[in-house]
Amino acid sequence: MNNMNPNVKISVKNLNLFYGNFQALKEINMSIQKNKITAFIGPSGCGKSTFLKTLNRMNDLVEGCKISGEILMDGVDIYNNYDILDLRKRVGMVFQKPNPFPMSIYDNIAYGPRTHGIRKRKELDEIVETSLRQASVWDDVKDRLNSNALALSGGQQQRICIARAIAVKPEVLLMDEPTSALDPISTLKIEDLITELKKNYTIAIVTHNMQQASRVSDYTAFFLLGELVEFNETIKIFTIPENKKTEDYITGRFG
Amino acid sequence: MKSAKAKRRWKDRGLSGIVWLSGGISAAILLVIIGYIIISGIPHLSVSFLQGILPMVANTLFIIFISLLLCIPLGIFTAIYLNEYAKPGRMVRTIRFAVDCLAGIPSIIFGLFGMLLFNKFLGFSYSMLSGGLTLTIMILPTMIRTVEEALKSVPQSFREASLALGATKLRTIRKTVLPSCLTGITTGIILAIGRIVGETAALIFTAGTVNGMAFSTSVSDQFGLLESGRTLAVHMYLIAKESVSMDEAYATALVLIVITLVINGAAGLISKRQKKFD
Repeated sequence: MNNMNPNVKISVKNLNLFYGNFQALKEINMSIQKNKITAFIGPSGCGKSTFLKTLNRMNDLVEGCKISGEILMDGVDIYNNYDILDLRKRVGMVFQKPNPFPMSIYDNIAYGPRTHGIRKRKELDEIVETSLRQASVWDDVKDRLNSNALALSGGQQQRICIARAIAVKPEVLLMDEPTSALDPISTLKIEDLITELKKNYTIAIVTHNMQQASRVSDYTAFFLLGELVEFNETIKIFTIPENKKTEDYITGRFG
Repeated sequence: MKSAKAKRRWKDRGLSGIVWLSGGISAAILLVIIGYIIISGIPHLSVSFLQGILPMVANTLFIIFISLLLCIPLGIFTAIYLNEYAKPGRMVRTIRFAVDCLAGIPSIIFGLFGMLLFNKFLGFSYSMLSGGLTLTIMILPTMIRTVEEALKSVPQSFREASLALGATKLRTIRKTVLPSCLTGITTGIILAIGRIVGETAALIFTAGTVNGMAFSTSVSDQFGLLESGRTLAVHMYLIAKESVSMDEAYATALVLIVITLVINGAAGLISKRQKKFD
């Protein structure tokens, strides 16, 4: 793997994914760039979320899910003898619906670090603070770290979830429609946050919202019926798409 | 037009009436029973009476302790297996079917089975141990079912969030799933205690009817596990049946109710403290 491009974090080669007999992803090839934001767009059921979940192997949980092809992270195949716990430590995830644990804000953020063996209170305190700061929710919650995270607003909860994900110091952050359950103001805050986070993380985001894709991402991948129709720099996808289907979709002719 | 409207209004009133009445009757039945027992029991409560039934109270608590000691882990682990680990299929269906069947068996059958297995075959004879083990089997299905329902009510998103942070399945269950369903587990325990406290048939066959506390009589049996003794409910049955004294039976019933209420109240408090966090 000496000829590997140092700017590529994840490279996907000939990826096929089946749920039982149904083929959900067909021959996907893609290179996800380091410290960039890559957006996956496409109509419901096109496979974009499924694809996202192959990157931290959350699909392993789905009964009857089979995969072929390669997904290389830093040149190493994550499906071939790769420690799944280590993978998920390196590839964090933020879900569609904010899903903080029913525990204190502090314990939410400390959950990951504790999972990976950090026990010292001082160290945890520090991680909790930096993570919350990075997720720009520190000022909202610093006075009530011990109160239940479920008492927060939806937007704050989602930022707590982002803080929780970055508390284990991942290299990649996957976001599955992170703002679809939020109001416009919270959405904008999260978008600002995502742009801020790309300095430190490689980010892949699934979104239904095309404005969001064009606002935040550097690269955009358009999926349709399990195929990757077009993948390019976001500006090109939204101004001079090469494929007619992409153009139809982004101009709102279908989907 | 008007009459149709009036008819509908009457129908609505009639239905609410029935609902209210049913609720009222249910509440009234409970109040009448408790009231009757209190009125009939209180005059016969005395220090000497309470001293007299103290051994039975001790036996009851002892049996509760033995049964729960085994039933709680067994029930929780079975439920976790069924809900979190087992792949749906024949095996799980069979276990579920067995559990449901067990839940529907009358307690006297458990008593008979317990007597044959624990008293005779394993040689525990009439003892706290035989009684406790028999009741463990008897309440296990309820325990499994309640815990399973509680596990099912934990949103899948909690599990996903934990796994996505690199936690193992075991850690996910221990740190996320179980804490979120403590209320459900407490409910299961309350139901189980209720059944143990009220059980007679299964215990007469297994724990026996010795009037006194299950004291230790040998060095090898420190806690009196192998001693026979009657619980409060059995005691009540015996004194009422043998017509020793209906008055004492009522007084005993009163004590039984108080114990149940105290235990339920305590369990409720614990789950409330947990709930504050939910």
